[in-house]
Amino acid sequence: MRYSGFRVIKEALTGHKGWKPVWREPEPKAHYDIVVIGGGGHGLATAHYLSKVYGHRNVAVVEKGWIGGGNVGRNTTIVRSNYMLDGNEPFYEFSMKLWEGLEQDLNYNAMMSQRGIINLFHTDGQRDAYTRRGNAMILNGADAELLDADQVRKEHPYLNFDDARFPIKGGLVQRRAGTARHDAVAWGFARSADLHGVDIIQNCEVTGLRIENGKCLGVETTKGFIGANKVGCAVAGSSSRVMGMAGMRLPIESHVLQAFVSEGLKPVLPSVITFGAGHFYVSQSDKGGLVFGGDIDGYNTYAQRGNLPVVEDVCEGGIALMPMIGRARLLRMWGGVMDMSMDGSPIIDRTPVEGLYFNGGWCYGGFKATPASGHCFAHLLAKDEPHPVATAYRLDRFQTGRMIDEKGVGNQPNLH
Amino acid sequence: MIINHPLLGPRDASEFTYLGDASLIDRPDWQDENAAEAYYEYGYLRDNPAGEHQELWYHEAGDRSWLVVTRNTLTHEISKVEMARDVARARGRSK
Repeated sequence: MRYSGFRVIKEALTGHKGWKPVWREPEPKAHYDIVVIGGGGHGLATAHYLSKVYGHRNVAVVEKGWIGGGNVGRNTTIVRSNYMLDGNEPFYEFSMKLWEGLEQDLNYNAMMSQRGIINLFHTDGQRDAYTRRGNAMILNGADAELLDADQVRKEHPYLNFDDARFPIKGGLVQRRAGTARHDAVAWGFARSADLHGVDIIQNCEVTGLRIENGKCLGVETTKGFIGANKVGCAVAGSSSRVMGMAGMRLPIESHVLQAFVSEGLKPVLPSVITFGAGHFYVSQSDKGGLVFGGDIDGYNTYAQRGNLPVVEDVCEGGIALMPMIGRARLLRMWGGVMDMSMDGSPIIDRTPVEGLYFNGGWCYGGFKATPASGHCFAHLLAKDEPHPVATAYRLDRFQTGRMIDEKGVGNQPNLH
Repeated sequence: MIINHPLLGPRDASEFTYLGDASLIDRPDWQDENAAEAYYEYGYLRDNPAGEHQELWYHEAGDRSWLVVTRNTLTHEISKVEMARDVARARGRSK
């Protein structure tokens, strides 16, 4: 069923009896061309692009729980392409362009809102760094704009400009950035993949990978063995556990990132804002809640919950940046498990096992990458060669010294 | 989380900084024939288990000792805390 304004009116006049479930609940077939492990944003996006762009219809997505129940439903919904390094920025700008056409491509309302993002800076050194980053963005076809303090004050008068320690000196703006409704992104990809013939198999946990003579033949699951010519793993957060079934150790640690939402407020924040002197980023949802987050907790964990010191740190950052939110009450907080890689950048690559492909290491930047990650992983699975914007995301780059380290902090995952 | 420091007793985890897997104690021999491969694995690859995990914590806001903490990554329960020095010596390190 195609969604349209006409359809909404027709259903309204006929008692809304025509709406149908938007994806099937099939039982797994014995064999598929391609099986994607993980029904999150990246796995579903991979299935969408595999079926729609690369013409592979004999595809299954297997998901342990329900689709969209992991990190795609746990992030702070921010979409942007303000990276600096050559290995990253073309990929994220490719993603940004896919976001801009996503709702038309999927025929699904993902509530994509290009409200912009501003990264504030507080010192001359930070201004230099953001100038450089803005130039790198422009060179890669993205948009960037450097604002001074007066220009920022005009757009965000409520910020704490004259803080004695961290006065706001300006900000780097990307106007095309914004937010998207994360659940709708997962559902939109799922619906489109299903319409193009992909089987989405929920409540089907992968318990093993069948590998013989160095070749992956399929996945063992709680619903039995499912054979496949190719298996793609897109389970960021649990990558080490799944790839461990193939005997691989990854350049990844799993960490928890917490996110928060306040009670609903009248519209106060026109864009996404990041604090440059602490780790705090915030936007306002269409329902009015302030959606914000900060640092990861910083220790290995698979528990989808964090601890109080980080909650305190995030809230201190928020109050330092915008004292006006001091009286807003925290409504909900939650945690998601991140693949923290050794250089802060992701991996989309083949593995030493023939027929087994890996997508992971997204750190806490996976949501904005969802469409490009799916597109590039689908390209890799379909053509056995990396997409031109994802050639740097190699699994062996730590061995060959080709790290993509935006922050330059080295192999310490909790600092990325 | 509360870390039960062997010398100082129970301390809040926020007094500590976290380094990572306690296998980082076992630095490879740089003169070994396979040193490049061994250092790649030592520097970049991790077991990253779901369950019991031995890890290095540094008491930065306290006595600046390094600890080996055995903690469950699914529940955050801490079952054992040792001085990293003792662990390293038990594994044959000189200090």
